[in-house]
Amino acid sequence: MADIKIPPGTAADAPGPTALRPGRHSPPVGLRRQRARATAGSGRMAALLVSPTLLVLSIVVLYPTVMALKESLYGTKGLDPKTGFIRTTEPFVGLRNYGDIFGTGGDRFWNAFWNTTFFTVVTVGLETLIGVAMALIMHKAFRGRALVRAGILVPWAVPTAISALLWRWIFNSNGIANALVGHQILWTTEGFHAKVAVIIAEVWKTAPFIGLLVLAGLQVIPKEVYEAARIDGASALGQFWHITLPLVKPALLVAVLFRCLDALRMFDLPYILVGAQKNSVETLSMLAQNEASNVRFGPASAYAVLLFLYVLLIALAFVRVLGTDLAGDGGAAGKGAGRNRRVRVPALRRAEVTA
Amino acid sequence: MTLTAKWRGRLLYAGVAAVVAYCLAPFYWMVVSSLRRTSDIFDTSLLPSPVSFENYRAVFSPSQGFTHALLNSLIVAGITTALALLLATFTAYAMARLEFRFKRLILTLIIATSMFPVVSIVVPLLKLFTDIGWINTYQAMIVPSMSFALPLAVWNLTTFFRQMPDELEHAAMIDGCTRGQAFRKIIVPLAAPGIFTTAIITFIAAWNEFLIALSMTNKPAMQTAPVSISKFSGATQFETPFGSQMAAGVLVTVPLVVMVLLFQRRIVAGLTAGAAK
Repeated sequence: MADIKIPPGTAADAPGPTALRPGRHSPPVGLRRQRARATAGSGRMAALLVSPTLLVLSIVVLYPTVMALKESLYGTKGLDPKTGFIRTTEPFVGLRNYGDIFGTGGDRFWNAFWNTTFFTVVTVGLETLIGVAMALIMHKAFRGRALVRAGILVPWAVPTAISALLWRWIFNSNGIANALVGHQILWTTEGFHAKVAVIIAEVWKTAPFIGLLVLAGLQVIPKEVYEAARIDGASALGQFWHITLPLVKPALLVAVLFRCLDALRMFDLPYILVGAQKNSVETLSMLAQNEASNVRFGPASAYAVLLFLYVLLIALAFVRVLGTDLAGDGGAAGKGAGRNRRVRVPALRRAEVTA
Repeated sequence: MTLTAKWRGRLLYAGVAAVVAYCLAPFYWMVVSSLRRTSDIFDTSLLPSPVSFENYRAVFSPSQGFTHALLNSLIVAGITTALALLLATFTAYAMARLEFRFKRLILTLIIATSMFPVVSIVVPLLKLFTDIGWINTYQAMIVPSMSFALPLAVWNLTTFFRQMPDELEHAAMIDGCTRGQAFRKIIVPLAAPGIFTTAIITFIAAWNEFLIALSMTNKPAMQTAPVSISKFSGATQFETPFGSQMAAGVLVTVPLVVMVLLFQRRIVAGLTAGAAK
């Protein structure tokens, strides 16, 4: 595709390069370099189209983040120990907010940190297991598939706040959960059972979502692969382990990443189900929100910044594992497909070997 | 696995039944509880007897302010969705159809913001909005909501636009349409289903938002429905009005569930577009 010289002004009317536009079908790596270069026209037009979004995101995400960083270096208004006067401005305290967290007064932070981590690991683990099981059932079922798909979307559509109230009602001391268990457990009071209640409610709402994503991954696996494996005498378990799992892995990893980052910022569910300032379920989000609502913006910002860094760290770790940027050309979709193509042959071979 | 085909089929049906029960049982319990009388709210029978709409009447009593909260939710989620869609349509088109420098980086950054912990922006914005007198306003809820609604919409729409054949546009441009005209006359009508699905997904996300709505308001008159329901007051301070909470929960959820059931095929396509193709 030759670059046609276009007088400026009409540039926006120039048809974009049609040759190898990645994103639809990622070309093999060798061809990537020959990709048609961006024309000045499409560049200018793109700038025009993309800038409003970038501007808004800068205002609502970037600016507050920078503000939180700055804010976390300031203390709270109140008595100035040096002068005895009431301060009307917030004093600059440098890194003291962070020092407090990692030093003496960090008990509440570390409790919240471990709660957040515990919730994330346990809920995402359970969701993945249940979600994959659901996907396998749905994939095999022909009759009633529409019913199952409709049912699976219900937990996703219920607002988390409402689902928290619903589970609070189920876990009420005279509620249905205790009637089924046959014990009088005070689910929503301090203690390990409160953690269990939060985990159950969270898994109910999100496992179907993982099931949906995995099902989409299952549906692109060609039938021939299984037929070949069957002919070679692979057992059902062997088929699952050597074919299904490797081929579904890209879709599953994306689902797990999204769920992890979501679980790390958990707020609504423990806040409503058990309550604010409850040691056994307080997450980092709840801690930061609680400090902010008590007008202690300095410490609140420090907590918010640390949570942000934690999420960033996990996200980066995932991207390293996935070996790809999730939003690249064609997104995970293209990558998944590419990987499928690459994996298919070894998977088949392995199926033959294990036969 | 030497199961006969018959048993295999039976196992599969049991599995399907288990999945459906898992998903619907808690929701069913909410509906059933909402239809009980206050006097037998602690019944554990599977059907309410007698069926009573007492809780629904209680929800709409003026003292709860629930009607107003629904309206607030509608305004906040509606405006957030409209703004996000407007901006995202242009951006997603550029992402799907144009070549420009740093495209991947920009798209990655936009997607990355959707994974941002909301509390990290709520804390500084709460201070800012307190200073400029924005607490208890709609814009104080809409502006922060853009942080998750906009990336969600861009991501969904980009996927939709990429799935559309571009031959049509080229044909239109060969026939003398400008790119802008091709976009207006060809793309937008064709992408309408995708835009609509994105609108539903974005709206549900904005409608279900709790943390922002909780932090940015302190007057009951400005609370959105989820916040309002979580603060329902009973006859006394020590009794939680479970019945009316369940009824309100049903009222807030049913429109979403109906929407989801009507457009489930499209929504599933939208939700899973990013994960596997």
